[in-house]
Amino acid sequence: MAFQILINIFIAIIWMFLQNNYTAVSFVVGYVVGILILLILRRFLTFDFYMTRVWAIIKLIILFIKQLILANIDMVKIVLAPKLKNKPGIIAVPTKLETEWEITLLACLISLTPGTISMDFSDDNKTIYIHAVDAQNKEDEIEQIQETFVRAIMEVTK
Amino acid sequence: MNVSEIVEFIGVFLILIGSIMAVISAIGIVRLPDVYTRSHSGTKSSTLAVLLTLTGAFIFFWGSQSFASVRLLLGIVFVFLTAPVAGHLISRAAYRANVKTSDLTVEDELGDAIRAYEEEGTGEHEEDKKE
Repeated sequence: MAFQILINIFIAIIWMFLQNNYTAVSFVVGYVVGILILLILRRFLTFDFYMTRVWAIIKLIILFIKQLILANIDMVKIVLAPKLKNKPGIIAVPTKLETEWEITLLACLISLTPGTISMDFSDDNKTIYIHAVDAQNKEDEIEQIQETFVRAIMEVTK
Repeated sequence: MNVSEIVEFIGVFLILIGSIMAVISAIGIVRLPDVYTRSHSGTKSSTLAVLLTLTGAFIFFWGSQSFASVRLLLGIVFVFLTAPVAGHLISRAAYRANVKTSDLTVEDELGDAIRAYEEEGTGEHEEDKKE
């Protein structure tokens, strides 16, 4: 992926030299041209086209902001309720993610999503222990949210 | 009402919502029963409060003085990166220091894991040595 970005920047610089016009606008135009060239030449590259991954990152950010807003609406409901009815609990969630980078990202996403905060990892990094603010009826829902996050992260890192 | 006033209004509105979120976060820290539920309130609500306030300030200066402050955007990014890690570490340290939880229902999945490890091992946690 980094190699493709370097090729793209190189094409943009070549474009600036060909235009004899060294401005940011010319660089952006050259970058777009480079994206088109890489899209045409993608079957000769060993990786798949890197813009799909950039698109996956953008989708992950949008999902994350949506979950953050939902989390806060949830928090407001719990905090401002006249009686505290929530039953907190600690739940073990198994993950399929492998590298430490992915697991860190997942833990950060869990901490900022509705009703959960990541507390601890097991030794073999296969399980994340999360603290749920309302554990009585939410386990399936939480697992489902975790699955969407795990799938979005795996789309980014493949 | 011209365009720059509308943009300023959006910024001011975001700052208002952000400060309301900060107040709700503080109420949550006072009301909730134990460390772990308090860290929920402290992590999520105050992250969104800081995010909304900084975004509002960015939009306000952009609309009123047409000055795009990159430092505010960097501040948003750094708060986003560090707040969940702080919440994670505080609740983890509290659990390792045997801070009691309030009225838990399915509490024991982490506790069971640690106890099972201690019974078969030497009592020293692998995770503590790794840190």
